Amino acid sequence: MSLTLLALLVRAAGLTVAISGVSIALGLALGLFVSVASLSRRRLVSVPARVYVSFFRGVPLLVQLLLIYNLLPAAGIDVPGVVAAVVGLTLCTSAYQAENLRGGFLSVPRGLLEAADMAGLGAVQQFRRIRVPIAVALTLPTLVSEAIMILKASSLVSVVGVVELTRMAQDLASSTYRPLPMFATAGALYLAIDWTVAGLGHALERRARWGRA
Amino acid sequence: MTAPGESAAGGTALSVRGLVKRFGAHEVLSGIDLDVPAGRVTCLIGPSGSGKSTLLRCMAFLEEAGAGTILVGGEPLGFAETPQGRRRLPPARIRAVRASIGMVFQQFNLWPHMTALGNVTEALRVVRRMGRAEAEAKGLAQLRKVGLEDRAGHYPAQLSGGQQQRVAIARSLALEPRIMLFDEPTSSLDPELTGEVLDVMRGLAADGMTMVVVSHEIGFAASVGEQVAFLDGGRILLHGSPRDVFGKPRHPRLERFLDTYLDRGAAMLA
Ligand SMILES: Nc1ncnc2c1ncn2[C@@H]1O[C@H](COP(=O)(O)OP(=O)(O)OP(=O)(O)O)[C@@H](O)[C@H]1O
Ligand SMILES: [Mg+2]
Repeated sequence: MSLTLLALLVRAAGLTVAISGVSIALGLALGLFVSVASLSRRRLVSVPARVYVSFFRGVPLLVQLLLIYNLLPAAGIDVPGVVAAVVGLTLCTSAYQAENLRGGFLSVPRGLLEAADMAGLGAVQQFRRIRVPIAVALTLPTLVSEAIMILKASSLVSVVGVVELTRMAQDLASSTYRPLPMFATAGALYLAIDWTVAGLGHALERRARWGRA
Repeated sequence: MTAPGESAAGGTALSVRGLVKRFGAHEVLSGIDLDVPAGRVTCLIGPSGSGKSTLLRCMAFLEEAGAGTILVGGEPLGFAETPQGRRRLPPARIRAVRASIGMVFQQFNLWPHMTALGNVTEALRVVRRMGRAEAEAKGLAQLRKVGLEDRAGHYPAQLSGGQQQRVAIARSLALEPRIMLFDEPTSSLDPELTGEVLDVMRGLAADGMTMVVVSHEIGFAASVGEQVAFLDGGRILLHGSPRDVFGKPRHPRLERFLDTYLDRGAAMLA
């Protein structure tokens, strides 16, 4: 394969990483928000959060992307494909991350919060200093596999016109009539990204072991 | 440790009047009256399910009683009696009164993601807004008091149960409470580790800390407690000095309880 072709694939891989990375980060923030809402005692808050989660987990990502891509212009909002892609991936992953974090929050031992009550920490301080770190640490393995899922699922955003890694490989395959090297290279690039993410995840998990063997 | 005017000599640090607590239809505390004398150790004993933990947790406002009052240094905790009836106090008032109470749990409840020093300094930093250097100096001094200055950088998972409980005690003491509550502080420890925790508690008692201790360590209750209350079925059945309560002739319920929980301490009293 020529260096020019390889460079095109690597650049497209960069777009894949950027779109997925931004979506995962935004999705984590949104997921945190939704998970807290879903745990609220007020049904007016928790019910919409649960509906949100079940909608975005229940409808295929491909359909969500096409909906967003066609809905927004219909509403008079003209969005570039990249934005539609990030919005779609973010909404989708936020629902999964919300569900994971919800489990994490529920697993924070009550006694730790009672100790925080006795130490005078208010609700917001307990959330920031105790509930979030412990819930995130408990769900870290799931959050990392969700990040890898999103990386792979990002190949779907080609339907909204974004030329990311998979789409670039397809384009090059048809223009060069040499599909095999193109898709093999794309696969290898995906693997390299996945392994990097998994490695980072393991490093984080090691750090969050807090002295446990 | 002891605030001026509250020295071992006297006064009531905490008083409980007519406390009733129900969980659903189950009445767990049926009208508890108890005065906790300042600068002294009060021990709560009684069979499993008699309501010891619930009473202690009400004193910490971790449980909200359905009726009755708790006064801490004369201030109502959680609820106040007004001419219009019993009113829940605003959260700021509750926090202010609760600030004078420290609690040590059976399961330690150390924050696992913070080191020993981090656990001790957390509230100093976050609640009291103390600078790092000052908080750490204070935290290390507290850890030194429980003999764990050299473990400051260890996570709870790297400490033995006895060490974890001593860190938990240091964490409470760092906030300079006037009253320390202990709920079976040694019950989840291996027998050979209970001594180090009881020693720290004896030291605190000798320094004049007001303490309420729920414990099955009858020996500790008898030797350190100035006051023993024996709970049974949500009521204080017996109440007085260890000599009064444990001396013979004994109440048949207490006799039966001591038979069940016969440990070194009870044997010593026999
Ligand atoms: N959160 C709760 N919900 C319902 N019932 C409870 C709750 N906490 C305690 N109880 C019940 O209240 C009663 C008293 O419990 P408590 O924990 O105060 O007893 P205890 O004297 O501390 O017993 P132990 O020696 O076993 O610790 C028990 O019957 C218990 O089942
Ligand atoms: Mg108990």
